[in-house]
Amino acid sequence: MAESSNGATAADLRKVVQPVAQGEPILQVRGLVKHFPITQGILFQKKIGAVKAVDGVTFDLMKGETLGLVGESGCGKSTVARLLMNLESITKGSVLYKGDDLAKLSGRALKAVRRNIQMVFQDPYTSLNPRMTVADIVGEPYDIHPEVAPRGDRKRRVQELLDLVGLNPEHINRYPHQFSGGQRQRIGIARGLALNPEIIIADEPVSALDVSVQAQVVNLLEKLQNELGLSYLFIAHDLSVVRHISDRVAVMYLGRIAEIGTDAQIYDHPTHPYTQALLSAVPVPDPDGREHRERIILTGDVPSPANPPSGCRFRTRCWKAQDICAEQEPLLQIRTGLDGLAAHDSACHFAEEKDIVGAS
Amino acid sequence: MPDMNKQQREQLPTASDEQPQFGSIENPGLMLADEEGTTLEKRGAYAAPEVQGPQSKPRGAWGEAWRELRHNPSFYVSGVLLLFLIFMAFFPGVFTDIDPRHCPILDTNKDPSGDHWFGTNVQGCDVYARTVFGARASIIVGVATTALIVVIGGLIGALSGYFGGWLDTILARVTDIFFGIPLLLAALVFMSSFKDRTVWTVVAALGIFGWMQIARIMRGSVITVKKSDYVVAARALGAGTGRILGRHVLPNAIAPVIVVATISLGTFIATEATLSFLGIGLPPTEISWGADISSATTALRDSPYQLIFPSIFLSVTVFSFILLGDAVRDALDPKLR
Repeated sequence: MAESSNGATAADLRKVVQPVAQGEPILQVRGLVKHFPITQGILFQKKIGAVKAVDGVTFDLMKGETLGLVGESGCGKSTVARLLMNLESITKGSVLYKGDDLAKLSGRALKAVRRNIQMVFQDPYTSLNPRMTVADIVGEPYDIHPEVAPRGDRKRRVQELLDLVGLNPEHINRYPHQFSGGQRQRIGIARGLALNPEIIIADEPVSALDVSVQAQVVNLLEKLQNELGLSYLFIAHDLSVVRHISDRVAVMYLGRIAEIGTDAQIYDHPTHPYTQALLSAVPVPDPDGREHRERIILTGDVPSPANPPSGCRFRTRCWKAQDICAEQEPLLQIRTGLDGLAAHDSACHFAEEKDIVGAS
Repeated sequence: MPDMNKQQREQLPTASDEQPQFGSIENPGLMLADEEGTTLEKRGAYAAPEVQGPQSKPRGAWGEAWRELRHNPSFYVSGVLLLFLIFMAFFPGVFTDIDPRHCPILDTNKDPSGDHWFGTNVQGCDVYARTVFGARASIIVGVATTALIVVIGGLIGALSGYFGGWLDTILARVTDIFFGIPLLLAALVFMSSFKDRTVWTVVAALGIFGWMQIARIMRGSVITVKKSDYVVAARALGAGTGRILGRHVLPNAIAPVIVVATISLGTFIATEATLSFLGIGLPPTEISWGADISSATTALRDSPYQLIFPSIFLSVTVFSFILLGDAVRDALDPKLR
């Protein structure tokens, strides 16, 4: 994809990219930390603490894969997206794009790398400027990165992008309010694709849409991935959507990753108690299966990220918690005694397979 | 908006022709109905809205506001009045052949007649001619002062709203200090320090002491807009501050400023008249409604017409601008209705 990022048209990109060998990381996130300071005072502000929104997140995004990032509201998954997009400054840790540390790049090199990471936003009603036409919205990336497309070529490119995402290329002079929610999200996706990125960070791209439209947009994202060889970081809280689109899934809790593995490993063989509790809350359409499954009801609320529990973050709500959980932070690793699909990274001292959805 | 509905109706099939439901967690395959099929269907469907013809021409948010404005009777009333007054300000010769500075003292304090439609003033000048020629000062002061406060207030408000932090703290305090000074008093002091007072001195006095409301409105508006997702999206694309402010923040934050500016235009005209009435506005050599109203008060009992006619013109002008401001507000912010 890198060689086609300049001067290539969307039509060229249509050619099906060969499935890439797994295990070639395109984005490596290492110990990512984001603390938002809590300040006191109006004129002379004093730092009195920090909200630990993201507190040591490590994962790899492989070329051509979709990594799902799930977790409840406030667990820091959107902050991870904003950190990867450089919308927030990183407190600690590093993000490596093809081995280059983004924090160490600057100027033109950084701008060139940034071009390869684009974002699709959650709410298609607020993420498009109401006073700009579709041509201006989708073409704006070319104004900011003029080296990607010569000026005379832009209109044609915008039309190709609209066609690519399933919108009528004739509609480039319309305004966002003349489109439905699903169509607007397609415009947002077209804007994200304008610079021929390799990575798309999708922050809850379908949660603001109707269920039927969600399916269209998810299918569109999959189609684009197949055609353009994109890598997705797909952030969502809808577990079934994530399972559908993801090759691998990471579960976040209170600024840390609780468990990470392939979709089969996470959904059919979860070993972290939090993942098990999350999965047990997914509605089951089969009445028979519903009666025979176990619901894990967690007690209490998510602790404040300004003052997270010591050791394991989940211990305050975990039914397996023992003394060691408060003293020792569980590392994200494969636990001994687990085999088969259950053998994947899990941040629990007592990781143990538990069949929640009754798939096996 | 009948034609909008039509458009939406025709777009509906595109939005709902794809049916897949999300499957359960155990059965994710369910939601993959078909991909090729839907794509083809869509290609066929999206051509549909074309048949609507030229009236489906795209309309932006400003276009919508303009359409809204054209359906508002008060826009027509104020628009016609203002066009008339502006025409009068720039081409007074069309309305009268009489020289407003030709004042035969023998004609002093005459009542309206065929020769002098509005009568004459104490010096024998024709009140009708003076009223017609007086429009220019009022219109210039109103329009120029409003332009000035939009620039000053808009700039200060946009900077403090967009950048926040210490810059906002400083600019907010400066705004508060200026807010504490009464406009008329400050303008009086400012004007009295100039020997040669012209229309532009009045504009400067009113502009320097009249921008605070615009600044506050702009600041609030910018703060709201800068948090919106499309601004974040522009930042994510790597847009610089200039582009974000110019292309995304200002076009979306300017609407309330336009409304307040239009309404305050009328009040600036009234303030200019007040200053001239108090004798500190335009010099006697300039013709202005305020100065004429002021000098007419001495002859109020003998000859009230020389006070009444310029006052009516002044009131109608101020009223027209305020009415226009109301219409613009209704058009730009339908929620307020």
